[in-house]
Amino acid sequence: MEASTKISDSASGGLESHFGNYGGRFVPETLVPALDQLSAAWLEARDDPEFTAELDRLLRDFVGRPTPLYLAERLSERVGREVYLKREDLAHTGAHKINNAIGQGLLARRMGKRRVIAETGAGQHGVATATACALLGLDCAVYMGSEDIRRQAPNVERMELMGTEVVPVDAGARTLKEAVSAAIRDWVSNVEDTHYIIGSAVGPAPYPALVRDLQRVIGDEAREQILTVTGSLPARVIACVGGGSNAIGTFVPFLEDPVELIGVEAAGSGIESGSHGASLVAGKPGVLHGAMSSVISDSEGQILEAHSVSAGLDYPGVGPQHAHLRDLERARYVAVGDEDALAAFGELARLEGIIPALEPAHAVAWLLSEEGREAEAGCDLLTMSGRGDKDLAEVVQKISGGS
Amino acid sequence: MGDPELGSGEGSSSGGEAVADAFALAGSEGRAALMPYLMGAFPDVATATAVANAYVDSGADLIELGVPFSDPLADGPVIHAAATRALDAGANLESVLETCRAVSARIPVVLLCYANMILGEPETFARKIAEAGAAGAIVPDLPLEEARPVRKAFDAEGLVLVPLIAPTTPPNRRKAIAEQARGFIYLVSSTGTTGERARMADDLSVLISEVREVSEVPVAVGFGISNAKQVAEIGGVAGGVIIGSRLVRAVDEAGDPDAAVEAVSVVVGESADALRR
Repeated sequence: MEASTKISDSASGGLESHFGNYGGRFVPETLVPALDQLSAAWLEARDDPEFTAELDRLLRDFVGRPTPLYLAERLSERVGREVYLKREDLAHTGAHKINNAIGQGLLARRMGKRRVIAETGAGQHGVATATACALLGLDCAVYMGSEDIRRQAPNVERMELMGTEVVPVDAGARTLKEAVSAAIRDWVSNVEDTHYIIGSAVGPAPYPALVRDLQRVIGDEAREQILTVTGSLPARVIACVGGGSNAIGTFVPFLEDPVELIGVEAAGSGIESGSHGASLVAGKPGVLHGAMSSVISDSEGQILEAHSVSAGLDYPGVGPQHAHLRDLERARYVAVGDEDALAAFGELARLEGIIPALEPAHAVAWLLSEEGREAEAGCDLLTMSGRGDKDLAEVVQKISGGS
Repeated sequence: MGDPELGSGEGSSSGGEAVADAFALAGSEGRAALMPYLMGAFPDVATATAVANAYVDSGADLIELGVPFSDPLADGPVIHAAATRALDAGANLESVLETCRAVSARIPVVLLCYANMILGEPETFARKIAEAGAAGAIVPDLPLEEARPVRKAFDAEGLVLVPLIAPTTPPNRRKAIAEQARGFIYLVSSTGTTGERARMADDLSVLISEVREVSEVPVAVGFGISNAKQVAEIGGVAGGVIIGSRLVRAVDEAGDPDAAVEAVSVVVGESADALRR
């Protein structure tokens, strides 16, 4: 099959700013015109055959799309049903983040913006953005919490090698939430010549819809692939959810199908401990980083720190479309703790010779759980959103008894 | 409305009237209104209250009182750090409102508060701050399109919801914002977050005039104003001048409440003089 970016539903028409009660734009006034410009530019670009041809070409020749759909036989045997993995870990730079970074990089160039900024937690989106900017000849600065810089040194080196400036953020817990805030502040100051490539389907409109459009290539490919291989739709589609971009990209093409959609969040040390990243399972309506969604906050509306062993799920907010799908009961959201995710990380490595990133290890852990094994007939599709090389040092340390 | 003889605060029946009176009083003296900012409960409630009283004594016309928030997107490093420290020390809305209660009879107090602290229950929030004597609030992450439920709740309590206009705001949007404005318009002097700047944009006075043309309420300018010279320049064209980070830094560097009061009194006093010259 061809790498093809069906980036918009012709039926849906425009670009949604709200998803039910969620989404919107809760940003300083300075940014509102730039968000209007971005909406208009994306609506135009996604219908421009020249733009989509260029995007398709880069996704095929540079990223390596389509990524394979792989029947994980030994994992299937273990859980008692067929499990297909959508191998985003095999995309260039090792995660699905590159789909969004390339698309938005092309869009930045089209809008005449020569400078790109981004935030990163574990470093995957930072590396993807640095890669896209090197490819497209754009200046790039990536904001990263100083705690994450310490934990993810190899990704910092990758970004710098590609000519990106990594800017340490020392506020708060020095992780992803503060990095996003710092990136938004940079954007407020430099909005005339700078495009902000946000890394997940979060943030003010049009970002949740834009990132979703660019990530739906995952679900579009997987749906076609699984129909080709099995002749039918999967019974369940499973993906991990931090900000939720790989999950929304996987889910969207299946929204009208009789398919159960399951998003797996991080329960961290346990939901009841208060130390988790489960914004959908245990959050409440609120505004973070420019969008109304489900957030982890206290009774007065202060945003709380999230926790997960996975830096990519360590975020107290989530994309607004997920909050809407949850309320509609169209998707089900569950949470898996640090220990189970770490166990699944090793389990998948031993069973399949695939070292998953800690983020999709949460989805694998849910599949292996008692709850995950309760299912009707049919097969499962699970998005392997990234590979685990970045997590090796951290996991080895934790498994060997350190903390 | 707008009768200067009512004074600014006590005697005015609503926040909106108190704000209008304060601007009218300054206007009747042929000068812009001075609105210094302080971070509530920073470094503690007693110091914040002493600072607020010092603002009144030094010639402020209104006070902008910041409510510490975990993720203040519109603020620069000085104000963000103050918010973080206040929160770490246990600050909450109630401790900020203590300062509001202490000074609201002397001067109109406008809160600066982020949307997430209001949107949970806008009516409850509005009632709570009205009871504490606040005149209204500036909500820097609540643009026109999202403001309706909060404006409705504020209107019901006679509170002003002060909108922001930025240099990037196109003319037709400025007009739409001005039409919904209550109390005054907060005009952001330059793109970027709050924080001191050596100089303002060259075309700021043009922007101020253009916004004044479409607005029925006064236009106050903030973001980056740090010295008496800038206050005088902007006061020459705007209806109000807001000073923020410069004062928060002064409180931070002072070390004790007396020194904080002394430091802010000098800055506010010089600014008030600059406007009266």
